[in-house]
Order: sequence, then C-alpha cells, then structure tokens
Amino acid sequence: MKGPEILEEHSDHLKSYMGACFPGERAVFRGHDLHADLKDMDWIELYVFGITGRRFTTQQQRLLHAIWVYTSYPDARIWNNRVAGLAGSTRSTGSLGIAAALAVSEASIYGGGIYMPSIKFLKRTRKALDKGAELSDCVQDELKTRRGIAGYGRPLTSRDERISPIMALAATLGLDDGPHVRLAFAVDELLLAGRWRLRMNYGAVAAALCADLGLSTREYYLFMFPAFLAGMPPCFIESAQRPEGTLFPLSCAHILYEGVSKREWQRQ
Amino acid sequence: MSNDSKSEQIRTRIWLEEPEPDNPFATRAAYCHGYDVYGAMLGQARWVEMLYLLFRGEVPTSAQAELLEAVAVVLANPGPRDPSVHAAMCGGVGGSTAAACLIAALAVGAGQLSGGREVFLVMEAWNSCGTDLDAWQRRLATPPDDTVSIWPMPEHLPGFDPHGVSTTTPVQQTLSHLACVSVESRLIWLEMNRASLEAVAGRPLAMSCVAATAFCDLGFTPEQGEMFYLLLRLPGAAAHALEQRQYGHKKFPFFKVELENDPAMEDR
Repeated sequence: MKGPEILEEHSDHLKSYMGACFPGERAVFRGHDLHADLKDMDWIELYVFGITGRRFTTQQQRLLHAIWVYTSYPDARIWNNRVAGLAGSTRSTGSLGIAAALAVSEASIYGGGIYMPSIKFLKRTRKALDKGAELSDCVQDELKTRRGIAGYGRPLTSRDERISPIMALAATLGLDDGPHVRLAFAVDELLLAGRWRLRMNYGAVAAALCADLGLSTREYYLFMFPAFLAGMPPCFIESAQRPEGTLFPLSCAHILYEGVSKREWQRQ
Repeated sequence: MSNDSKSEQIRTRIWLEEPEPDNPFATRAAYCHGYDVYGAMLGQARWVEMLYLLFRGEVPTSAQAELLEAVAVVLANPGPRDPSVHAAMCGGVGGSTAAACLIAALAVGAGQLSGGREVFLVMEAWNSCGTDLDAWQRRLATPPDDTVSIWPMPEHLPGFDPHGVSTTTPVQQTLSHLACVSVESRLIWLEMNRASLEAVAGRPLAMSCVAATAFCDLGFTPEQGEMFYLLLRLPGAAAHALEQRQYGHKKFPFFKVELENDPAMEDR
C-alpha cells in the first residue's frame, strides 16, 4: 500500500500492541494489566520491559540500575546539567529545565550520540571476528572510516572513573565476562598498544554490558536515555535556591569578541 | 577589541557587548558582526536582515532578503495537520507551558519526514550534486550510508513526499515564486528539472526540498539551513497551540484504540 491510501488506512484510530488506557477502568501495558499483572514491578524493570518486552533477572536489573547510577553527576558545570541549572537560575520550571537537559544529552561527543555507534561497533566487530576477521583490521577499518571509535576517548580527560566500579559490580553479579565486554577490553588494549590515545570510556563498557544482556541497538539507545537524569534535579534545585541569575553570571568582560570591527549600518 | 581580564571567557565572532559604566553585567551597546544593534539597526533593519546577518555575518542583498522573507512566509505555519503543529497543540490543549509547546513542535519537527533533518540531508545532497542531473540521479538511486547516526535510517528519499501522488499546488507555487526571486541557480534549476527528479524518486517533490534549495541559494550550510527551518516553522505551532488551549480538550481529537493483545479480551 502506498501514497494516501496508507494514510487513510491509519486515520482516526490507533492500532497498538504496546498498550492503552481505559479511563476509569484499567490500563494495559504490553499485553498485561498494569495494576494487576505488573503492579509490583520495580520502575526500571518496567522501563526496560516497555522497551524490550522482555523480563530481566534480579542480577541483570541491578546491573542496569548501576549503569545509570554510576553516571549520575550533580555537577552543574557539565553542559547538559548546566541547562537544568540555568533553568533553575532563571526561575523556569523544573520540567522544562530537565527535559531540555536530557535533550541536550543527545550530543555527538558524549551521551546519546555515542550510544548507537558504540554498541553498533561492538556488535559489528564481534560478528566480523566470528567470521574469522582480525581484531586489529576491524579497529583499523573503524578508525579509517569513522575517524574514531565510539566509546573510546573522552572530551575532558582520558581516564574514566566509572569503569572500575561498574566492572566490580558486574563481577559480583557474574555479568562481567560476556563476549562484548571481553571485546571492549580487547579493543582498549589494542588501542593502548598502538598509542592511539583513545582510552576506553564508560560508553563502550555500558554498551558492551548491555549487548551481553541481549539489548539490541535501539533498545540500548532508549535504555540509556535517562542515564544522566538523576544528576539533573540537584543542579536545578541548587541554582533555584540561590539568588536568581547567579549561576555562572557572565559580565561583558566574559565575552571575548573575535569578529569584525565596528562598522556603519547600511543596506547592501 | 575586548577586555579579556577574565580567565573563563566565551569566544564569539558574532556579538560584542560593551558594559554600562556602573555595571559590568549591563549592556550599554551591543554590536552584531560590527553593527550597532540598538543605536543603528533598530528602526532600520528588517527582521530577515537581522536573521541573515546573525548567521552569515553580512547584511543580505535586497534579493537575498526578499528570498528569505518569502521562505519565512511559506514556512511560518505548516498547518494543524502537520505533526509538529499537532505536537504543539497537544501541549496547548492540556495547558502545558508555552515553552513545552514549542519544544514539542521542535522535537517532532526535527526529523526526516518533513523536518529539520530532512532539510539537512537535502542540503548535503545539493553540496554533493550541485546542478548536475546525473549526479542527482545517482544519489537518488544510491543514498549515502548513514549507519552510525543517531537518526533512524531514512525510509524515503529526502526532499520527496513518501505519501504524495503529485506535486502539490503550494509546492509548485512556492518553487515558482522563489525561483523568480532568487538570483542564484539552484531554485531555477530545481524548477526546470523537477519532473526528471520526481521520475527518478518515484515521488513528488516536498516543501522541505524547496526550502532546503532556497537555503542553499542563500549560501547557508546544511547546519544553518536545519536551524532556520526549525525556527521559521515555530510561529504556526505557537498560534495553533494557543488556539487549542482556548478550545479545550473536549474539542480536540482523542481517537479510538484497537488493542491487539488486550488481556481482558483474552480472558474472555
């Protein structure tokens, strides 16, 4: 079916297997009664169930929780958090500030822009290795075609303080030795030996752990969306409690003008 | 040109501000690419001239200003059927904040179907193909790989209406008018070669393609064109959001749902 026919087919109704609410009666979530079948679900369990339609073990859920917890930094200097903080400072609403901060988290050098390419690289490379490819060739190809490897390298510093604790937890849960995790560390060793100055960051580790839990590329991307969320409300609250306009106020001297000299206005 | 006594500074080639003598945080004069905004431009410059100056660093010619103004009129209101305006109305009808309505319009209007990303992709195609019909035909036949992008894989050729049957009257009217106004070549070439491109694409030209082509003729980069497109479509979203707020939710469609896996039905 093509053209307007397909639009006509979908007009005026929602056909869904994801769910619906029946106001005053009940709500259905992926084929289950939310207030009966799923009423005891932990929130993150429900969130991941909503994304994948699958259930995860207690150990797996602990790891998923920790992946978010270990990257929740209430530091209003960080660019995405700063948006939440600035919203507090300008007396905007918390929802607007935090929603915008989450949207800003989908950046190309950190956060959302890393999730997809990172897990795609690991899945693609693992498949290639299974077919007999050499890891060094895969890495070289990636560096050549993408000019970098998502999940390796970090904007402000090369060391990533989140890797050690998440791997320690994964080890206690018996989830630290999956094929994607082993691959992620092997790539790190290769890059280190080759002196590429691209140390593995949390993005690669989180992607590897989630790939080993069976998350698809899109599932991982959506799972990671609120990863920074817990650090944002504190940034909003603190700046909202201070005198208005006092988060990083910029005087005229804070602006370094590098443009053309003053000139008379005239139309071309 | 600027007092750089602060260790933390924002660098800019766009904007110079000079402080009032009694307050370094208050502006005495502001210069946009060298022009005194409040002292010289105010009362003299048109809105579109200011926009063009901000992005391009120079005052537009009268032909460029006329073209940009025409584009702004065309894009000002995509209309209440458009998904971005629909999203803004969802904010309005529920009494969401003004910013939330615009954020909704921006988010939904950012994508690859009639959105900012589609304009970006069309402008990249222009940069790659220019006014070479063979190059366009090759590109339409084999779109570039974008597998590591955060954006979903394109499901239709950017710039063409996947649900269209024939070129709509407004698209034809807009292309015809803009081609007359523009002093550059792309809009004129597009009007001359529209039928050939549509034959290759198998779909009619969309307004996003006309807008993207106009932005190319104005000398914008794909990034600038994407931003302009997002900005210029907001007025209609805002107006419709406010209107639906007045109408109220009882007069706004809620649609019916057909649940494909309703547990209540399975129990019966």
